[in-house]
Amino acid sequence: MMLEVKGLHKQFGGIHASRDINLVVEKHGVHAIIGPNGAGKTTLIAQLSGALKPDAGRLRFDNTDITHMSRHRRAHAGLVRSFQITSIILPMSVLENVMLAVQSTEGHSYRFWAPVSQDAELKEKAMQSLSEVGLGNRADQMAGEISHGEQRQLEIAMALALKPKLLLLDEPMAGMSKEESANMIELLKQLKGETTILLVEHDMDAVFSLADTTSVLVNGHIIATGSTDEIRNNAEVQKAYLGD
Amino acid sequence: MIGTLSKPSGLVYSTVIVLLLIAPVVISLMEHSFYLDLLTRILILTIAVVSLNLIVGYGGMISLGHAAYLGIGAYSVGIPSYYEVFNGYIHLGLAIGGSALFALVTGIICLRTRGLYFILITLAFTQMLYYTFVSIEEYGADDGLVIYQRSEFGGLLDIENANTLYYAVLVVLLLSLYLMHRLIHARYGKVLFGSKHNDERMQSLGYNTYQYKLSCYVISGTLCGIAGFFLGNFTNYISPEMMDWTHSGELIFMMVIGGTGAVLGPVLGTATFLFLEEFLSSITVYWHLIFGLLLIALVMFGKGGLHGLLSRMDRRWEKSQ
Ligand SMILES: Nc1ncnc2c1ncn2[C@@H]1O[C@H](COP(=O)(O)OP(=O)(O)OP(=O)(O)O)[C@@H](O)[C@H]1O
Ligand SMILES: [Mg+2]
Repeated sequence: MMLEVKGLHKQFGGIHASRDINLVVEKHGVHAIIGPNGAGKTTLIAQLSGALKPDAGRLRFDNTDITHMSRHRRAHAGLVRSFQITSIILPMSVLENVMLAVQSTEGHSYRFWAPVSQDAELKEKAMQSLSEVGLGNRADQMAGEISHGEQRQLEIAMALALKPKLLLLDEPMAGMSKEESANMIELLKQLKGETTILLVEHDMDAVFSLADTTSVLVNGHIIATGSTDEIRNNAEVQKAYLGD
Repeated sequence: MIGTLSKPSGLVYSTVIVLLLIAPVVISLMEHSFYLDLLTRILILTIAVVSLNLIVGYGGMISLGHAAYLGIGAYSVGIPSYYEVFNGYIHLGLAIGGSALFALVTGIICLRTRGLYFILITLAFTQMLYYTFVSIEEYGADDGLVIYQRSEFGGLLDIENANTLYYAVLVVLLLSLYLMHRLIHARYGKVLFGSKHNDERMQSLGYNTYQYKLSCYVISGTLCGIAGFFLGNFTNYISPEMMDWTHSGELIFMMVIGGTGAVLGPVLGTATFLFLEEFLSSITVYWHLIFGLLLIALVMFGKGGLHGLLSRMDRRWEKSQ
């Protein structure tokens, strides 16, 4: 078991964004989370990654209790997220963004002297992640100057460079063109073999072609978990979500 | 750090550095020791602005309390001298240790806040220090202390000599500029830059950004403490007034005029600020008004400060090649 969520609660004032969420993500494969707008998907991801503190509940990741582990420690432990709203360092080049991710995996960064730009190994590792997502030819451009779809790819490249055990992807296809989405789905299919993925996605075709298991989140609560077919045919799910 | 010599920026910066190197010789020929004083003061404050530029320009932490470290450095000379301890290593050790400690303790608290709150808390801590020294009668309270003798460095360095003091400050300034240049291009600097622009992301990448910022804050405070050590020696006088918040504000002005985030910006900014102040106050009693208007114009229209201006000239120059 990769991740176990027990009794997770999170409230924002009167909004109950997570109510008693129980979830098990098995090793390998893709576990999808679907649910209508405002269901609490991003809130869940934020709590898993440590960006938000749950009001109650416990988290176990890779046989360790991480409920109180800080965000940066979780990243080092292999729990890595991407953001629904692209979160990159805009005034840096595409390559430098990924180099920062690689750098993070190589011990502390209290290094004050050697210029990063002459670190061939760091560059090469970053280039690998970039090529993997198909952004190799954009390496030297500023992150703020590439297209939205490419920024989404960069977002993934940075996450991949951290060599995650569990990749939390928050709507990686959001705002992408049809072609870009198709490429992303291909990429995720390849990644499936290497790492475990928790995928939050609106695009049902993407979910059903990628996911091994799917959970449905409605109003902060998981109302069903099962194989793709089970979810498709679940009456409650159809009523709550797929119907509209 | 300086780039191609034939570029406008390269030309300006290398001229400035050559002028700084030969200035004492020229000035002694002209027998105008006043100018040496002005230059020494500029160099000392440039070190302080370099340190401020590190936290603001690279770390994204705007401090309105940096004058505290000038005070700590200066009192590290003044208080021991009051007890007739003139050993410069002790003075410098106290300046470094004292400012590092003050930065660490206040940084731990300031860095729990953001934006406006951060600015206000840095200001509050400095005001606390200011009033602490105002209340200590033993060290002259409001009036401060006169330093009768400058720090002694055995036979190694005699900073009683104005030229020696000048060159000592210049060497420290050039070293700190070089350190900044290395630092911002090294791994450490990249992490600072990343967290300045997107702290959330940096944490998700596995960086304990709080620690990196705190260390940056301490390095900056320590460097400014060294500037304070020189300032105490230079003015032969210490007083709480050195920590007044208006001085913290002036440091910010100097930084902005030079170009926030540019390694060599502080050199241009500090020199421009102090020369202008000197020049305007010598021609009219209403100089504050003109000075204020000029500062507003520089900040409003000089995007990226003087360094930004030079960069734009560089780009035009490159195109014309
Ligand atoms: N920081 C916050 N403060 C207050 N309310 C919040 C906060 N973050 C989220 N919410 C609320 O919690 C609920 C869940 O939001 P969340 O962003 O997790 O939904 P989502 O499933 O990711 O939606 P979407 O599909 O639109 O991305 C929403 O009602 C939202 O308005
Ligand atoms: Mg969301």
